[in-house]
Amino acid sequence: MIATELAGKRIAITGATGFLGTALVERLLRGAPDCRMVLLVRAGKRSSPSQRARREIFRNNAFDRLIAELGKEAFWASVDERVTVIEGDVSTDGLGLDDEGRAALADCDLVIHSAATVSFDAPLDGAVEVNLLGPTRIVETLHDLNVSPHFVAVSTCYVAGNRRGLAPEQLLSDSPFHIDVSWRDEVRAARRTRADFDADSRSAERLEEFRRRARHELGAAGTPLLSAKTEQLRHRWVSDQLVEAGRARAASLGWPDAYAYTKALGERALDESRGNVPVSIVRPSIIESAWSEPVPGWIKGFRMAEPIIISYARGLLKEFPGVPEGVIDVIPVDLVVAAIIGVAAKGPSDDGSITIRQVASGTRNPLHYRRLVDLVSSWFTENPLYDRKGQPIAVPEWSFPGRGAVERQLDRVQKNLDRADKALKLLPLRGKQALINAEIEDKRDEVARAVGYVKIYGAYAECEALYGVDNLLDLHQSLAESDQHDFGCDPAVVDWDVYVRDVHLPSVVEHARVKTTGERSDPDARTRRLRKRVLAPERQLAAFDLENTIIASNVVFSYAWLATRNLGPADRMRFTLKTLSEAPGLLALDRRDRTDFLRHFYRRYDGASVAEMERLGPELLADHILTKAFPAALRRVREHRRLGHRTVLITGALNLVVDPLGPLFDDVICAEMSQRDGRYTGELLGVPPTGEVRAQALRDFAEANDIDLAESVAYADSSSDLPLLDAVGFPVAVNPETRLASVASKRGWLIEYWSKADGSSDKILPLGPLPALRRSRK
Amino acid sequence: MKKKKPVANPRPGFVLEVDRQTPSILFHHGEGFRLEKLPVGRSRVVYPGEPLRGLPDPDGAIRNALLNPIDDDPLPSLLKPGMKLTIAFDDISLPLPPMQRPDVRQRIIEAVLDMAAEAGVDDVHLIAALCLHRRMTDAELRHAVGDRVFEAFHPHGLLYNHDAEDPDGMVILGQTEKGETVQMSRRAAESDLVVYVNINLVSMDGGWKSTATGLAGYEGVKAHHNVHTLRHSRSFMDQDSSELHRSNWRQGEVIKAHGPRIFQIESTLNTNTFGHDGPMAVLQKREWEWSMADRAAFTAMQAGLERMPSGARRKVFHSWKAPYDMTSIQAGEVEAVHKRTTEMVYAQHLVPVQGQTDVLTMGLPYLTPYNVNSIMNPILVMVQGLGYFFNLYRGKPLVREGGVLIMSHPTPWEFHPVHHPSYIDFFEQVLADTTDPVEIEKRYEKQFAEDEWYRHLYRTSHAYHGVHPFYMWYWGSHAMAYLGQVIVVGGDERAVSRLGFKPASTLADALEMATDTVGPKPTITHYHNPPILMADVTG
Repeated sequence: MIATELAGKRIAITGATGFLGTALVERLLRGAPDCRMVLLVRAGKRSSPSQRARREIFRNNAFDRLIAELGKEAFWASVDERVTVIEGDVSTDGLGLDDEGRAALADCDLVIHSAATVSFDAPLDGAVEVNLLGPTRIVETLHDLNVSPHFVAVSTCYVAGNRRGLAPEQLLSDSPFHIDVSWRDEVRAARRTRADFDADSRSAERLEEFRRRARHELGAAGTPLLSAKTEQLRHRWVSDQLVEAGRARAASLGWPDAYAYTKALGERALDESRGNVPVSIVRPSIIESAWSEPVPGWIKGFRMAEPIIISYARGLLKEFPGVPEGVIDVIPVDLVVAAIIGVAAKGPSDDGSITIRQVASGTRNPLHYRRLVDLVSSWFTENPLYDRKGQPIAVPEWSFPGRGAVERQLDRVQKNLDRADKALKLLPLRGKQALINAEIEDKRDEVARAVGYVKIYGAYAECEALYGVDNLLDLHQSLAESDQHDFGCDPAVVDWDVYVRDVHLPSVVEHARVKTTGERSDPDARTRRLRKRVLAPERQLAAFDLENTIIASNVVFSYAWLATRNLGPADRMRFTLKTLSEAPGLLALDRRDRTDFLRHFYRRYDGASVAEMERLGPELLADHILTKAFPAALRRVREHRRLGHRTVLITGALNLVVDPLGPLFDDVICAEMSQRDGRYTGELLGVPPTGEVRAQALRDFAEANDIDLAESVAYADSSSDLPLLDAVGFPVAVNPETRLASVASKRGWLIEYWSKADGSSDKILPLGPLPALRRSRK
Repeated sequence: MKKKKPVANPRPGFVLEVDRQTPSILFHHGEGFRLEKLPVGRSRVVYPGEPLRGLPDPDGAIRNALLNPIDDDPLPSLLKPGMKLTIAFDDISLPLPPMQRPDVRQRIIEAVLDMAAEAGVDDVHLIAALCLHRRMTDAELRHAVGDRVFEAFHPHGLLYNHDAEDPDGMVILGQTEKGETVQMSRRAAESDLVVYVNINLVSMDGGWKSTATGLAGYEGVKAHHNVHTLRHSRSFMDQDSSELHRSNWRQGEVIKAHGPRIFQIESTLNTNTFGHDGPMAVLQKREWEWSMADRAAFTAMQAGLERMPSGARRKVFHSWKAPYDMTSIQAGEVEAVHKRTTEMVYAQHLVPVQGQTDVLTMGLPYLTPYNVNSIMNPILVMVQGLGYFFNLYRGKPLVREGGVLIMSHPTPWEFHPVHHPSYIDFFEQVLADTTDPVEIEKRYEKQFAEDEWYRHLYRTSHAYHGVHPFYMWYWGSHAMAYLGQVIVVGGDERAVSRLGFKPASTLADALEMATDTVGPKPTITHYHNPPILMADVTG
């Protein structure tokens, strides 16, 4: 009996926060009531290992069944009694254990190693550290502790590599197709590759390229944000290169990807380093949702096949490579768990050799690719997903093309979307049109993901190896009858029709949080909810940008108005032509650096009379500012004021232009120009509040007035305002231009579309009214 | 003087019974027109009287009125050196449309100033008595008072707009027996003499309303600019039945007792709105009398307007200056003067009409008192139809209680951002919530009236006061309570619905919709205005 075999045993488990690990812990807790567990868990960014274990393992719905059986209190009592969590990390030598952890590990009778980088597109070096070196690090630690518990390592069937025909349950070194490479060399090479790419990423050309892309994405968002973005892009680039390097290296040696390649070498390394530690290896194929335990369809995380299935159901993935008569080797998680526990209970082989058991369905109970596709497509035809308009999505007919054709098709789509994205970002779009770009970006991300799936999983779909399961079946046969029922691991038990249609797909769809009904969601409900939060009484401050947030104008327009106020018709024409001819240069400068642009542009005010500008203020307000203003914006400012929020106008526009709007706000922070002898000098006092300076100005203001910015609101229209928007807890994008629109929709910010009062005029360049006629004609 | 074509004696107003021979009837439709066939046998059209003859020598008549005032001493005897003299005058809302130069105000003010100069008065202020209306622009002031007066006073800050929100510029004169506050511009209140220069376009203009309202602020006008008073003014064009009128007159008592001495000057105009000749003259004629030239002119005008963008069309209409003639001028004691004025206004406007109607139709023109050189926003469409035209009756309303009002106007969702900022918010915020005047008054008036930003715009820019759209809504409250349904033909559907009215694309549709309220085959009366007429409804 398995439960009695394991009674009184202490079992160390790595990878317990993962899909397989969580299922294993649950099953042991429920099915082997007298064993104890020691979980090696990494510390989270902000949480201790035991907090992580509580949140990521025991709060998972896998335990709902046990909680229902025991009651909440008894459940937690048994967790506290039977489970010890220690901090540990298989990617560092010595596993990063402290003395207590070492003692706990030394006490164990069994070690089940299920920690792995399962992501099929992991960077090469990461996969090497965890998958290749992980098992070896554990046995070395066990040597170090001078103990030799039974070590059960979880590997994968795919270590056999890309090949046709039978892949039996044997060590790779025993296989005739084995290619002899030194795992130590591979480790060294992987580490060196990381260093090489890191060095390359720091070259001047690369850094320039990252900067360019950051600017393309964020616009003139100011140095600090752009630098952060640039660095993020550099890291991503290095990581992307390492993913590619891993894939290439794996392919060169005949493995489908870096995961299988590192796992394979990991087995080799383990074999070499195991010494007197008895080792068993369990090799599952593609693990999917549970057949029956703890409940049918249980799954954790969004796993390998799910994104493909969902992309297909959403009509996005129109083709997927594969051989129709090929076998898709999928195995429900509970069968894998049962196999591991069976191996654990049975103990190592008597002769000291490594016993390998493959947990796969392909030979015993094959699921053919065409059947899977039929099942999936008929299920989604009966239970379609719905698009945003509430229409059911028809799933595409699959024609089983080769991988190359699919990749080419997707590449074309991706290139077109890239081009559209680039073109859109160059256009001065605002408001709802700008969201088109956000949509394209979403679409592009989806296609990029689809391309990724095809690249990564295509190899698996095309893999025609058949995995032998003789040892597994022996194990199953050796179990007592009741254990065969509770811990059976014979893949024949799975009825694929039932599994796909009644177990797996409903679970996947539920997990993916996609639209499964045609009910139209109220598109404004979210906006209303966000708006309510922005206008909650407990907010403390509302900061407003000026241009395109409150008025549809800019520094050039206000200058044009002021400069032409006292000009005659002929001079006006000359002025207009001159200003328009300078426009492209000015725009380019503005895009590069707002501060430089303002400084450069404000020189034009050199020599303007202070008194004259003051006199024109009210007229500027009436004739220019108000006609360009968004009434909804003016209303919003006053709404905040009525709620008792401090309202601040914070803009790079000049004081002489902003002053007329002063009474609207509690405070105004703007660019100020120095004066000499009653005339403006064209030079600014201090740095104008734009970009990051504006965020700093707001922070200073908040500090001076004891205001909590996390409880504050900011309104702005462009990506150069990102530092300002980032500084507050409740950012609002107003008529956002393309870049801000995509940032805002990604981050779930409130987006407001405000327009001028209908009926106000639209001019290319607003000019001041002609001086009142001295004598009108009679 | 411009030479005029001799015209026949003006004919009085007229009610036409629509028969098979009746041609299509002109409906004003904002900055455009519609020609509509009215159902035969149950429709009638009320036409205004033709323009009365103007005074042959207006300047002589003015001088005469000032020297021989009614129930008061001649103006020169009231003018002394060293005195404080304030001349207040009606703002841009009068007359409608603005009149050709010289404006009546210019003629009168020049005459008054001549007498003041002869008497050695040198402390003179000229104030545009605009109460809570928008400030007039320099060009508008110049048009009203003329170049000579403008150049002499404006550069020295002696010709200016009334500022009802100037914290130091307003005084309270007292309370009426009903507790109504009487408020006035400090300059006027502290003057030895206030000369008020009126243009009395309709019968509610002038009298104590000139000073008690024109020179007051929110404190003073809220006594009568409220739902209760305006619902009980039936109509406010009929002084004997107007609660608004009575309230102003009670305030007048307080001014008489505690305020400055008032010398009232009132003038009346004829209805020569579109001219006897020229491009618009056809609008003043009765359709069956249109000549071939009139028809051609009208068709050409329609075709031209259709091709114009809305901004250009607005410009064309707003540049029209009416060739009004002055029909009377009287000066002296307020109430006596106003009695005479009212007789003159009635002589021009009243048209006897027998019996009420089930359905009243009207074509709303491009202009109200509140959008001169501006945009006629949806609220002003409402006030034009339900506030002004509906109330141009004496006796009882032209339409029966529970009847239907059909008005024609494009009603675009457009607002002048400078002139009507509080209207925008009223429309977007308040009307989105409720259209009930009582609810609106209770829940929103104070907030808008005391809004600092509106106050700032009213004082420094050219915005109507924050509370003004509320008054517009109250202005229509009598009609809203009285009517069974209001339908707008050819209006922007969203804007019309926001007003609480029903949109219809054609007059035929509207008449069909009306039968839901008033039953089949209703009687229909079309109100052929402008030029202005006032229905004297009997029977």
